[in-house]
Amino acid sequence: MSVALEKLPSQLREQRLKEVDQVILRHRDRPGALLTILTEIQDLFGYLPEATFKPVAQALGIPVSQIWGVATFYTLFNTRPRGRHMIRLCENAPCHIQGTVAVLEAIQRELGIAPGEDTQDGEWGLELVSCLGICGVAPALMIDDQVYGNVRPEAIPAILDSHR
Amino acid sequence: MHLYRAHVLVCAGTNCSLKGHRAVRDALTREIVGRGLGDEIKVVETGCFGLCEQGPTIVVYPEGVLYCRVKAEDVPDLVGIHLLKGRRVDRLMYREPTRPVAVQTVPELDYFRKQVRVVLDNCGVIDPDSLEEYIGHGGYTALARALEDGPARVLAEVKASGLRGRGGAGFPAGLKWEFGAKAPGPIKYVVCNADEGEPGTFKDRLILEGDPHRILEGMAICGFATGARQGYVYIRGEYGLSISRLEHSIRNARELGLLGENIFNSGFSFDVEVRFGAGAYVCGEETALFESLEGKRGEPRIKPPYPTEVGLFGRPTVINNVETLANIPAIVNRGAAWYRSIGTDTCPGTKVFTLTGDIVNEGLIEVPMGMTLREVIYDIGGGIPGGRRFKMAQTGGTSGGCLPESLLDVPMDYDKLAAAGSALGSGALLVMDDTHCIVDVARVFARFFLHESCGQCAPCREGTLQLHHILDRFTAGRGSREDLALLGRLAKTMAGASLCPLGQSVPLSIMTTLKHFEPEYLAHIDDRACPAGTCRPPAGGMKPAAAGNGRRGY
Repeated sequence: MSVALEKLPSQLREQRLKEVDQVILRHRDRPGALLTILTEIQDLFGYLPEATFKPVAQALGIPVSQIWGVATFYTLFNTRPRGRHMIRLCENAPCHIQGTVAVLEAIQRELGIAPGEDTQDGEWGLELVSCLGICGVAPALMIDDQVYGNVRPEAIPAILDSHR
Repeated sequence: MHLYRAHVLVCAGTNCSLKGHRAVRDALTREIVGRGLGDEIKVVETGCFGLCEQGPTIVVYPEGVLYCRVKAEDVPDLVGIHLLKGRRVDRLMYREPTRPVAVQTVPELDYFRKQVRVVLDNCGVIDPDSLEEYIGHGGYTALARALEDGPARVLAEVKASGLRGRGGAGFPAGLKWEFGAKAPGPIKYVVCNADEGEPGTFKDRLILEGDPHRILEGMAICGFATGARQGYVYIRGEYGLSISRLEHSIRNARELGLLGENIFNSGFSFDVEVRFGAGAYVCGEETALFESLEGKRGEPRIKPPYPTEVGLFGRPTVINNVETLANIPAIVNRGAAWYRSIGTDTCPGTKVFTLTGDIVNEGLIEVPMGMTLREVIYDIGGGIPGGRRFKMAQTGGTSGGCLPESLLDVPMDYDKLAAAGSALGSGALLVMDDTHCIVDVARVFARFFLHESCGQCAPCREGTLQLHHILDRFTAGRGSREDLALLGRLAKTMAGASLCPLGQSVPLSIMTTLKHFEPEYLAHIDDRACPAGTCRPPAGGMKPAAAGNGRRGY
């Protein structure tokens, strides 16, 4: 699991916050940069630590509440640490009628978690998501940045293994 | 320039790459070089051919022979038999469901014969990462012509073409451009809406992957005609390959002076920046997209004012869908009269559809507007697999309507589909056979809207929740006739009172399932039975189906 920023020793925490300053510096002068900045902060930590909101808010001249609003609006943003590997399974109609349910059951059997949860060891997180735009090879899922199509339940163990 | 005696085109679209096109490409290159044919035969990675279900697909030119479901193990035969001996590898050739013999070449396929390719002209033909190949196929000549003709003539041509917005609403693109051009102020924007999120739609992804420069050229022409110098492509963060191809193409176009300052020494300057979404269906709505581009929550604005008056960063903005912009270079080059010769009177041109669900040829097609649903499903799509029976087709994605067998002969354009009680929308076409339960699918529609409602207005926020509750009760065998009446009232309220098209379109999909398949709903309510055998609730409210089919809901 991505380690919560608050739990890091203070020296390391300061160091990591400096990386956030770099992200802010890179983008602060572009109009409408907040989404880009948050995306890069999430790339750094695996989630959006609250401690980073204040410097971002100050740099952009917006209230911290606006950052909370944005961070909780979009499904790709996490405001708490999630599994090291995020599984995003499409649950929309084209995938549903091609067998998403059986794929979901196979993932749950394998990892013992429900959508929205993470495994105890912090390795895996599971989310049901909306259309991934690869319906030509439904049912589809993404693990981190990698996309899988025509997924069969019996293929799940091997797919998960390839990320271990 | 080196000439090759044969070209092997390997589809490198997302769908084929998921099926392992890289292994095939690498094996081809190895085998060709290994046999000393490196100077004679060139392997090219292209965008999508459209036959995604048959992937990985390759086409060997000059003959144009299509090979499907190719594996790396097949490569020695392909090279040894086809490329060396000139004979075809029969076992890998495409077979049409209606004809037992293998189809020889691409032009012979029913699948391609009925298609007219304007937007997808280069998809699967050129290497999308090569600006030179795009130019070799006539790329950027439309921009050059536009700069010579002047903005007024370009505007007039686009207006005369009758092109309507391909994002779903079907608003005349020329009129939108004219509003944008007439809007006062020194700063204006062009935005390409690539936030493709409608379930079952993946055309914009494959257009961007297969022919990215066409979109940049369309945007530059739009900027010239409307007086904008800056363009943004707002694209889903999940579309990794489209993003990298676009960014690569923008860099190449800048290097050749096709984007940037003083394009073609005309004094016209235009540049494009790519911005990513972070996962929100509602951002496909144009004003929500602006909010997101401005770094805010993607909540739709109240219209008017329209984007051409107050758009991105408060400036006049022309926002077009990917497919709309992809039509522009052809219209400028070949003229409005040519464009109007394709399609129907009120909807000229072609439409790109994505075929999904229970259909033989799942994938991407482009046909003239007005082709009937039956022709698309049976002649091009190859019909329903496994000898099963057609149940319904949903046009326009999850926000579109469901049509039963009796409406299969409806011509597919904006007006005719609307008259038939559905919508053309983004061009998604979901086909379902009779092993699926309509109530279960309606519940999946409802869950999608519940998940994606932005929460800003009450009719949509609360309505999607209640709709889902009601449909959940039906599939669990706990529904009542009162629920059915409530469903109707709720749908009417949402259609009339929601702020944006998301909430307004929720009722269409669900109410068309009820309209055309009411007996199936009543079986769930009165008999506590699911005729398709899909609904299997945990607490046993539902009777077991007479003949289960192994499919289940959840």
